[in-house]
Amino acid sequence: MIVPFSHVLFLAILLFILGAACAVARRNLIMILIGVEIMLNAAGLAFIGASLKWQQLDGQAFVIFILTVAASEVAVGLALVLYSYRHTGSVDANRYNLLKG
Amino acid sequence: MLALSPRPIESVNPWDKVPMNLYAFFFYLLSIIVLAATSMAVTRRHVLHAVVYLVISFIATGLIFYLLGAPFLALLEIIIYAGAIMVLFLFIVMMLRLKPEDRGWETAIIQWTPAIFLGLITFILAAVMVLSEPVRGVPLQALSASPLELGRFLFQKYWLAVEIASFLLLIALVGSLYLGRYERQPKKSPTQEDP
Repeated sequence: MIVPFSHVLFLAILLFILGAACAVARRNLIMILIGVEIMLNAAGLAFIGASLKWQQLDGQAFVIFILTVAASEVAVGLALVLYSYRHTGSVDANRYNLLKG
Repeated sequence: MLALSPRPIESVNPWDKVPMNLYAFFFYLLSIIVLAATSMAVTRRHVLHAVVYLVISFIATGLIFYLLGAPFLALLEIIIYAGAIMVLFLFIVMMLRLKPEDRGWETAIIQWTPAIFLGLITFILAAVMVLSEPVRGVPLQALSASPLELGRFLFQKYWLAVEIASFLLLIALVGSLYLGRYERQPKKSPTQEDP
């Protein structure tokens, strides 16, 4: 016996909130990407807990796809960060105000 | 067909000798580590420190995965998340030589207030949901899915999704190569051919 499923879900929700707060509040592009990573990780934790609760392997299979999406997202995202750093000389999201009147 | 097989009772596995409450103790300890490391990572001013705290968080999450019966995914979590992705972040941070954000308290308060507000609302909703669950307190069974079972299941039921995921990785590779390629100097004349 481990813990009730609701505790696992609660931990996943807390992690997701932390990631979302990081993505919303920080203005550094790399920190925004890190927030997205934390959120994907929390989703994977919820999937694995659900997989154990209902004793089906579908949840664990989905976590592999979440890992794939996270890896490709971070590769393209960091390439975009690098690209915008080369063009503007900053990774601060508040500096990208070229169109601001 | 039961997809997850129970952990064998009569074996030399030292995990079977431990009392079951130790699983719960490990889970709560690991969740405290995960939450503390993640909140430290979220609030660091320097990205480098945040990444190193996140490595701790992801390794502890991998241990939770192992506790919840997914040893193969625990390995993948440590190899891919704590290994590959975080090292990629470290490469970028060290390559750009970023300075830590330096802003006044007012900007920080303005930026953090909506995030904390929305997070608190979600936290309260989650607490109400957990406390009002009808079948509260039924603990999960200690089961474990071997990598063999997981791989067989994956390639029997989700083989098409695996192919699509490999295409996604290929597209991400091509996209990041295209975005990160070396930029040549602007062309002198419009008639000059770009090799």
